[in-house]
Amino acid sequence: MTKVRIPLTLREVTGGERELPAEGDTVRELLEDLMGRFPALRNQLVEDGDIAPFVNVYVEGEDVRTLDGLETEVRTDSTVILLPAMAGG
Amino acid sequence: MATYRELLQQIRSEISEVDATHARELIDSGQPLVLDVREQDEWDEGHIAGAIHVPRGHLESRVERAAPDHSRPVLVYCSAGNRSAFAAKTLAELGYEDVVALSGGFTDWKRNGFPVQLQAGLDASRRARYSRHLLIPEVGEEGQLKLLDSKVLLVGAGGLGSPASLYLAAAGVGRIGIVDADVVDESNLQRQIVHSTESLGEPKVESARRSIEALNPDVEVITYKERLTSENIERILADGWDVIVDGADNFPTRYLVNDASVWHDIPVVHGSIYRFEGQVTVFKPHVGPCYRCLFPTPPPPELAPSCAEGGVLGVLPGVIGSLQASEVLKLALGIGEPLVGRLLLFDALSAEFNEVKLRRDPDCPVCSDHPTITEYIDYVEFCAGTREPA
Repeated sequence: MTKVRIPLTLREVTGGERELPAEGDTVRELLEDLMGRFPALRNQLVEDGDIAPFVNVYVEGEDVRTLDGLETEVRTDSTVILLPAMAGG
Repeated sequence: MATYRELLQQIRSEISEVDATHARELIDSGQPLVLDVREQDEWDEGHIAGAIHVPRGHLESRVERAAPDHSRPVLVYCSAGNRSAFAAKTLAELGYEDVVALSGGFTDWKRNGFPVQLQAGLDASRRARYSRHLLIPEVGEEGQLKLLDSKVLLVGAGGLGSPASLYLAAAGVGRIGIVDADVVDESNLQRQIVHSTESLGEPKVESARRSIEALNPDVEVITYKERLTSENIERILADGWDVIVDGADNFPTRYLVNDASVWHDIPVVHGSIYRFEGQVTVFKPHVGPCYRCLFPTPPPPELAPSCAEGGVLGVLPGVIGSLQASEVLKLALGIGEPLVGRLLLFDALSAEFNEVKLRRDPDCPVCSDHPTITEYIDYVEFCAGTREPA
């Protein structure tokens, strides 16, 4: 299991936990696992089969778009952060 | 082929020269325009009071802007009288009718004990006010003068704009612009510390101006009581800003700020907050990524976190807005490692900072080599029905 950091903006649809364990060897598998358990997460994260343009996924501090996108590999000890755009000021 | 000496002698024979005493008489008569053609560092160390400065290397291209009247007498000087001799010859060739050069230059002027104006430094009151800056080698008098000369535009006088504006004002940023269309509401005061109970109902830009001026009269405050749109953004940016602080409370404004900053090449110190979490980064156009490299498009309105039900811990914008002010000061001073290409995440609940890397998107719709967005976009309002900033 890999721990995925859930930002406050998404916690309402994921049961309020700051970090969720998820199963998978790639970002796609991790997200599928999470979205399977929390269906409301799907349209917050995915658009047209890819990571939505208003959200970023970081593995080890790197935006997965600059790596292999959804196919980016993750390990059980990887640091994974979901980061949707937020506008509050 | 003439040597330098021969050439100088030749030029000298073709121009008029005066010694320091005669030059002083001329200056006291108020007649001539006094023109210093030395380099910037020489000028900075002191010059004749009232002189204008056009370095010799820029003389031909710039002097006519500085001295449009060709019939007014010109007294030109340099350090020892050599560069000014060549400059006098050039001025004659440019059509200046009455040009004299100071034969012994500024050196002889000083030797005669004639008055010298030093580069505008800090007076006693400013030395006292900024003494804790002056004690830091990375700031010092030179840095403080830079701050006093810097121009920072704050987009939003809300949660983030409050601490940012106060700290920038206290630091002596010489000109602060504030864009905000709202009036001070009671629900603002839990975090928007630039406003006060006294200013309820007052435009935020006016309330902020009062607080800033009370804190530091050195600061010139320019207010824009309007919401930033594609219609007014060019006019506001035309006032000339070195850095923009993005403390907006909505996506449409943030995308406008981003696109404008790329097209005008102005760095943006970006901050955003939600409940207990905040983010800070610096978008330096064409050096680091822009906001659209990070998030190419805003979320659809139905997915954007609702401003109304969002809420925010009062001190959170204090942390994030202060970090923004710190980044602005670093940029203005040219010191340290600004948060370019790095997004700093703060979680107040766990009291943790995290950092993720931001990279330029080679296909960015705005800042890449083949942009697909070349005009401002007014996105639809994301918090329809609410006026309350997060």
